[in-house]
Amino acid sequence: MADVTMRIWRGDSSGGDFENYTLAQNEGEVVLDVIHRIQATEAPDLACRWNCKAGKCGSCAAEVNGKPRLMCMTRMEDLPEGPVTVTPMKTFPIIRDLVTDVSFNYAMAEKVPALLPPPMPEGGYRMFQEDVERGQEFRKCIECFMCQDVCHVIRDHEDNKQHYAGPRFFIRYAELEMHPLDQNDRRELVREEMGLGYCNITKCCTEVCPEHIHITDNAIIPLKERVVDANYDPVAWLGRKIRRRTKRTPAEAAVQPAP
Amino acid sequence: MTTSPYEHHDYDVLIIGAGGAGLRAAIEAKQRGLTVGIVTKSLLGKAHTVMAEGGMAAAMGNVSEEDNWMVHFRDTMRGGKFLNNYRMAELHAKESPERVWELEQWGALFDRTKDGKILQRDFGGHRYARLAHVGDRTGLELIRTLQQKVVSMGTDVFMECKVLKLVHDSDGRVAGCVAYWRPTGEIVTFSAKAVIIATGGVGKSWKFTSNSWEGTGDGHAMALWAGAKLIDMECIQFHPTGMVWPLSVRGLLVTEGVRGDGGVLRNSEGQRFMFNYVADMFRAETAESEEEGDRWYDDHAAGRRPPELLPRDEVARAINTEVKAGRGTPHGGVYLDIATRRSAEFIRRRLPSMYHQFMELAGVDITRESMEIGPTCHYIMGGVQVDADSAATSVPGLFAAGEAAGGLHGANRLGGNSLSDLVVFGRRAGMGAADYVESGQGARSFEMGEVEGAVREALAPFERTSGENPYDIQRDLQEMMQANVGIIRTGSELEEAKVKLEEFVERVKNIAVKGGRAYNPGWNLATDLPSMLTVSRCTALAASLRKESRGGHTREDFPKADPEFAKFNFALSSDGGNWDSPVSAAQSALLAMPDDLKALLEEAK
Repeated sequence: MADVTMRIWRGDSSGGDFENYTLAQNEGEVVLDVIHRIQATEAPDLACRWNCKAGKCGSCAAEVNGKPRLMCMTRMEDLPEGPVTVTPMKTFPIIRDLVTDVSFNYAMAEKVPALLPPPMPEGGYRMFQEDVERGQEFRKCIECFMCQDVCHVIRDHEDNKQHYAGPRFFIRYAELEMHPLDQNDRRELVREEMGLGYCNITKCCTEVCPEHIHITDNAIIPLKERVVDANYDPVAWLGRKIRRRTKRTPAEAAVQPAP
Repeated sequence: MTTSPYEHHDYDVLIIGAGGAGLRAAIEAKQRGLTVGIVTKSLLGKAHTVMAEGGMAAAMGNVSEEDNWMVHFRDTMRGGKFLNNYRMAELHAKESPERVWELEQWGALFDRTKDGKILQRDFGGHRYARLAHVGDRTGLELIRTLQQKVVSMGTDVFMECKVLKLVHDSDGRVAGCVAYWRPTGEIVTFSAKAVIIATGGVGKSWKFTSNSWEGTGDGHAMALWAGAKLIDMECIQFHPTGMVWPLSVRGLLVTEGVRGDGGVLRNSEGQRFMFNYVADMFRAETAESEEEGDRWYDDHAAGRRPPELLPRDEVARAINTEVKAGRGTPHGGVYLDIATRRSAEFIRRRLPSMYHQFMELAGVDITRESMEIGPTCHYIMGGVQVDADSAATSVPGLFAAGEAAGGLHGANRLGGNSLSDLVVFGRRAGMGAADYVESGQGARSFEMGEVEGAVREALAPFERTSGENPYDIQRDLQEMMQANVGIIRTGSELEEAKVKLEEFVERVKNIAVKGGRAYNPGWNLATDLPSMLTVSRCTALAASLRKESRGGHTREDFPKADPEFAKFNFALSSDGGNWDSPVSAAQSALLAMPDDLKALLEEAK
């Protein structure tokens, strides 16, 4: 097979530039294989994150020819001819080379009020497949953070990270809101502090999701509807008052210790 | 108490490793009101646990009412060829249902039965449908659930932080560890009253492996150096079904769930060859014909289970034999066929990530074509020798759980018994460590001399101006271990491996790394190689001594199991406590099993 040229961004928070590496291409290789061969030969200090190399852990997200991709699931043969450009995810601060500081996402995870289920009956809870399926779709998330990377609310506006959780956490909130057992109410929190209103449903997140989660249609839009209902709909308000299972208030939810 | 010149942290309980076992241990210790720190080489939520696909075994009896802990105990012991620590197998079988239900309280969403209970699937070696699962991504569900629970409890997690060595107090108790931050390369020390090793496996020392870069046996090695013993290190599980093509993904796991859901193995002649490989021990409960096996999928009472669902060691050896006999596929595997046996809709619903994996990486549509598969290094049954109830090692203050601990699985692990192992013994390690801390026996000092020695060794590759590239050593080690200490072993090759491993030790002492300390993968690998060599030496030594075939240890020169070897484990210890110190082996008698449990095994025979 013909040689391939990899144009890889090298540097750290103080700056950097592209370096070219030209090497033979092998049949069936993915971008991460080529990066690994560069590490093993020319550049053992080339930094990249990876774990499973099977599309299951989400560690090796980077931008391949400008698009967020899992390097382990991007076959070289599927890329257009010519040099392949690999850069770190743009939305997060650089640590080194292809590795970024994704701690923003872990900080957002700490703010999520945990599931609050009723006490478990003998022999476990009863839940039905059709009720758990909605949440299961969101729990396919492998936390590659490519949806966060591509979301222009934070990609283009660093300041928004203060008050915007991003698509990864909107699916988390949606999952908890739709969880058959949950008794917490996070709707006010999502509106007031997680910035759900900033999302103007351009679906960039859905397009890059390697797990093909319908982030916008199945999570963000229903979550927006629920939040709006909670605020403005008197029928929904009355409904909540007389519901069999009462949800916790946002203030209680925010400080709710796990069971 | 400690005057470390480095960044320093102090905890009641320090956990090394953030996979299922480490996170479950953290929850337990944290619930006891202790201060808990978790150190992990990767980001939180990326541990190898995410790779587990098929499910977690727990005798809840949701699908097969006949199931109970006694049957699960028996299956685990038989699968392990009776080399197991019986007490661990007993606790595991009794406690795993509670651990599964507990995950639902923390947010896990398992697949359901029609009446709303947790659905359970069939798997190799399990008599009844026993594996709680979420499609074929059960490991992800487990780690995410535990991760979210740990985060909600406010536990401190040190991510991308590599532990170099355990540190003792002046009385020989484990007192903490020395580590470095991968993003900066800066040294950090941790003191703790108790340390739990939950670092997972060792598979990265083999060429064809399902393991990620992290599986370098760090916890196995550092426990050995600290004075603990390792058992059953010769027992390595080669999972029967790894991808064989394209070469770049060779070894990548294909879940046993494919066979549990109806997939069968065929050779190049189209024959379902597993019917030719049914060992006497399993004959009574295995189908004699394809028709009988196929009936079983629809109604377990209408036939016996097909031989594709024998324990993993049996299936892996059979595949190996078929390929050697010239009945393999073009890329040196055999065919795993579900396309002709189940509808495309069924396959996509039950095995979504397998569908995805083959489509994207190999261009194979598993709803229309067979998969090419072959054995891949997957799991080490062996590990740190622990007390079953408390997970305590022989070194005061040191505990171990999960793949890093030995005993539960004996000579061969059943699929699905790993995820349940993580939560059952992760919890027990957390309890054991908490009891130890609360009893006031914890370490009282922190030997800085040990810290300085480890730091000097870790930084030495930067001092050398000429020397070897660590990647070359890793590649050669993987090729050698694959060739000499692989799925089928023989005395002369094992002796050769032992000699070569000593040469590798010398090569590692001559590593030079380029670049700085900040996020430098070459240097990171240089600091992993001492662990890889330590565990490889343990495996080669124990494999040379076990002159029989049993479970995940197959000797061409001793093809039969020898009852004399069923009485003990080989326990390995370090003579010197440094990574390059010699390793020696001694026989460690198996625990004597009480009569009531013995009777359970007798009934089954």
